[in-house]
Amino acid sequence: MNASGRITRRGFVGGALLAGFGGEALAQGFAGLGESAEGFAPVVPGRTFAFPADHGPHPEFRIEWWYVTANLSDASGNAYGTQWTLFRQAIAPGGPQDGWANQQIWMGHAAVTRADTHRFSQVFARGGVGQAGVEAKPFHAWIDAWEMRGLDPASDENIAPLELKASGADFSYTLRLGALRPLVLQGDGGYSRKSLREQASYYYSQPHYSATGILTIDDKPVDVTGMAWLDREWSSQPLASDQSGWDWLSLHFTTGDKLMLYRMRQTDGQHYGSGKWITPDGKAEQLASGDITMTPLVFTEIEKRKIPTTWRIAVPKMALSIECTPLNARSWMGTSFPYWEGPIRFAGSHTGVGYLEMTGY
Amino acid sequence: MKRALWTLAVLLSHWRRHPMQLATLLIGLISATALWSGVQALNQQARISYDRAAATFGGTRTAMLVASSGVTFPQKLFVDLRRAGWPVSPVLEGRIQIEGRSLRLMGIEPVTLPAEVGNAPTIGKASLQSFMTPPGEMLVAPETLADLKLAEGARPEASGTLLPPLRIQPNLVPGVLVVDIGIAQSLLKMPDQLSRLLIGKAAGKRAPLENVTGDKLRLVEPDAETDLERLTNSFHLNLTAFGLLSFFVGLFIVNSAIGLAFEQRLPVLRTLRACGVSARMLNVVLVLELVTLALAAGLIGLVCGYFIAGALLPDVAASLRGLYGAQIPGQLTLKPQWWFAGIAISILGALAAAATSLTKALRLPLLATAQPFAWQQAQRRWLTYQSALALAAFAGAGGFLWFGDSLLSGFAVLAALMLGAALILPMVLEVALSIGQRYAQQPLGVWFWADSRQQLSGLSLALMALLLALAVNVGVSTMVESFSRTFLVWLDGRLAADVYVNAANDDQAHEIKSWLRERPEVEAILPGGRADTQLAGAPIEVLGLPDHATYRDNWPLLQSADNAWTKLRPGNAALVSEQLARRLQLSVGDRIDVPASGGNWTLDVVGIYADYGNPKGQIAVNFAALTRRFPEIPLTRMGLRVAPANIPALISALKEKFGLDDRNVADQATMKAESTRIFNRTFSVTAALNTFTLAVAGIALLTSLLTLANSRLPQLAPLWAIGITRRQLAVIELLKTMSVALITTIFALPLGLLVAWCLLAIVNVKAFGWRLPFHLFPLQLLWLTGVAMAAALAASALPVIRLARMQPASLIRIFANER
Repeated sequence: MNASGRITRRGFVGGALLAGFGGEALAQGFAGLGESAEGFAPVVPGRTFAFPADHGPHPEFRIEWWYVTANLSDASGNAYGTQWTLFRQAIAPGGPQDGWANQQIWMGHAAVTRADTHRFSQVFARGGVGQAGVEAKPFHAWIDAWEMRGLDPASDENIAPLELKASGADFSYTLRLGALRPLVLQGDGGYSRKSLREQASYYYSQPHYSATGILTIDDKPVDVTGMAWLDREWSSQPLASDQSGWDWLSLHFTTGDKLMLYRMRQTDGQHYGSGKWITPDGKAEQLASGDITMTPLVFTEIEKRKIPTTWRIAVPKMALSIECTPLNARSWMGTSFPYWEGPIRFAGSHTGVGYLEMTGY
Repeated sequence: MKRALWTLAVLLSHWRRHPMQLATLLIGLISATALWSGVQALNQQARISYDRAAATFGGTRTAMLVASSGVTFPQKLFVDLRRAGWPVSPVLEGRIQIEGRSLRLMGIEPVTLPAEVGNAPTIGKASLQSFMTPPGEMLVAPETLADLKLAEGARPEASGTLLPPLRIQPNLVPGVLVVDIGIAQSLLKMPDQLSRLLIGKAAGKRAPLENVTGDKLRLVEPDAETDLERLTNSFHLNLTAFGLLSFFVGLFIVNSAIGLAFEQRLPVLRTLRACGVSARMLNVVLVLELVTLALAAGLIGLVCGYFIAGALLPDVAASLRGLYGAQIPGQLTLKPQWWFAGIAISILGALAAAATSLTKALRLPLLATAQPFAWQQAQRRWLTYQSALALAAFAGAGGFLWFGDSLLSGFAVLAALMLGAALILPMVLEVALSIGQRYAQQPLGVWFWADSRQQLSGLSLALMALLLALAVNVGVSTMVESFSRTFLVWLDGRLAADVYVNAANDDQAHEIKSWLRERPEVEAILPGGRADTQLAGAPIEVLGLPDHATYRDNWPLLQSADNAWTKLRPGNAALVSEQLARRLQLSVGDRIDVPASGGNWTLDVVGIYADYGNPKGQIAVNFAALTRRFPEIPLTRMGLRVAPANIPALISALKEKFGLDDRNVADQATMKAESTRIFNRTFSVTAALNTFTLAVAGIALLTSLLTLANSRLPQLAPLWAIGITRRQLAVIELLKTMSVALITTIFALPLGLLVAWCLLAIVNVKAFGWRLPFHLFPLQLLWLTGVAMAAALAASALPVIRLARMQPASLIRIFANER
């Protein structure tokens, strides 16, 4: 139940994989989330996760992603955010074919955000020839010159340490991610149910990364440090038809606690929320829809859309009442399927930093 | 304002009384605009097609990487470059045969295809998933589908392999089949091989090329001008030149019509001035009147131009396909600029043609009535001045000839030559008529010549038009005939085999060969093959010639080393086509490096041969060596030596046994007929424009004569008064016109031959890369002279008949008239 937003959120973006050069006909024909999952593996409860194998791709499922966001700052205290995303989508079921006949399409999104600028880039690749892919051991995910690579001494349980690289026309970054705590299985042992349609995904996260590295904007490099969050998710399930978009947050508290929550906006006006609170010692608390209140406070107009970029969030159950403000209200990902994704900070009952993603506006 | 309107009404009333004059003026403007804009429409249509071709998945408009050596390179280099930050997209290109037709097969990778590369977005709409996943789709232009006589969704075979279903892609260049890269690799049997990498414009950090791929790949910068544009430049210059010529000839008509109207309206203008209309106002109204007429005529001209272009387009398309392999769709599409440009040129042309008359109107002395009888002095000054200009033009032509080395300078020589000839024409006529006058015995004879001279200033523009039209006609038809004669002789040598067979695939070719070997009437089987590669950045063909007497004895060589055919045998020597030799400045004894499948192939040039009508450079090598160096080429073509009597039986046996049709098997005579047909069609546009120009020149002459006829009554009336009958006067007038026309024609003949020489020795060499021998065709010259005289006769008929039937009262009135 908790991951219904996640699967849909990523799924929608993943579903629009080729919309950039395919146009509408293509998006319907093969972005494919509105179609049945026939021929692809179903997501069933009780799966036993095995690492490092599950860090690698699951081509029998239709969609999958490797998603890292980082909240960083430089020596003078200036804040930055980075995003690194690799999406995989199968355009046809069946065992993976060799060479160009391979059914996998890969898409990468990367961005850096500063208070005064937001830079992003998007790349596409076909599987089977080596332009993009993921290998579980040693861990290596790549598309073109972007990559996420496991470094020695590798810990499969922590999926760390990692080196993360991406570049666009006017930005680039190289980060080293380290984690001393193991990754977290979301939902019920990594099986994330979707409450309304019995749709589900396999889903785990590593919210505990520390990050150091260099990011370059307009050829000016800066050293940065901070925190990062990895999401891994795969599924074959279609998008729910009555969902218009979502507002999603990942939060790093100064106390070391982590919180993931989101709100699915449905066309019937019923917003459906969910979340997971992870304490520094690794305990996780599931949050239900009724536990969460999310209220937009400030709207920013971007490309003729009104985007709520400042939020009040309350989880009375956890004594949480905070106001989230964006580092840059114009963290717009003008990719083939455009969405808002950028670093935020929050204050109130708790303080900290995090990432906000909003789609469907 | 009211005054202006009244003035306009007064001026316009003139046309109501002289509808013929109005018609002439409009005809002039319409024909000028029509021919000019028709030609422009054709050029524009062709350019759109070239752009379309250039934009097709990295034509010359996109920067790309190609193999430094060889034709293809391993796919791994693509992945390495992507991983190093290069925004590259792979392309594999080759040829396949469908239904006996050889087509270009392009494999593209739609996911990485840069958005800015031409038709990418439209490919995307054709459902990317079905395009990429087997069996995939084969995108094809509607024209090609029609040529193949196949329906959308059909799955033809190539070399025994079932091809992906055909899908129409309206924006695609005809003759090209587009499939997914993976499908192309399997169809062309080139697994993991690529022909080139298109470089997207996406900026970003990328490692230096050498660090990623070593010296295996070479960067080719994008070209602002496409190959096709470069190749076809000459053709379009040619068309433009014709359009311009027709335009100017049309303006001659306008000029004389306006001159006549002005002459006749002089009293009205004077009256208007005397009534208080200012010279300025008068001029404004005159310009307004002219612009209105030009606007109306321009619109009609544009519509006519559209139809002319539409009528000529199939021939233009055929020419461009035949000469350059350029594919032009048969449907005319016009941009709005074309309409505006057409109207503008009509108005500007009308204003230019009326400039003299308008200046006169501006300076019109209010009360002047005296006629300028000092015409002779004025004319002498004018003649001297014009002749000086003519000499300058000739000097210019010489300069362009000596210093110029481009197609444009070739045309500049032609233009300067024609301009000079046109300008010197009055002087030539003056001299010729003076000589006539000197030898004249009777007073009437003397008057005949002297009066002809006096008419020169009035007729000279029309005669210049006639001269230019004739000279161009002589020049172009001499060139076409020379070409035709050379081409036919060359074709005889080139098509030396008696029967040509093209099998559907290699297996069938094998079966056909074994079957032919059993047939006693087949004297020899000459296998043929052709590979495509690149030399010095441009595509070339490599032709395989078997070592056989048929070629040694018949293949026409322009230059050759000793024992060229023997030297060809080991596979390290090549014959080079004339075009390629000229472009790369190759001569016998040079050495070339040709990219082949396994690496570069070094060849000695042992001969140069004519290869008329081939847009691509070509080299010919030993057939066995070709198959060793390009093992992947289809070996489906062959020529057969058969005694003529046995040809029909053999062809029908071949058709029956192997299910071949006319496209796959043909005898020499059919091939020759087909080539000649294509050749003839190539020049049908030229012929049509030639005729148009001559017709326009005829109209120019007619209007000039009409103009003169009226103003010349004061000269003729005294002759009538002293006893020469109107009929005699008419005959004299006719003779006068015919004699100046004849002198002009005689002058046009050498000029035309000079034009022909320029076309053959300068323009053709630059445009096509071949030089043709110059032939003289006296009968044709005689015929053209006849046509010119007929045109002059037709043009003078109306004014002469009018004179013969003129009421004596009109002639008497001359003496009463103040003028």
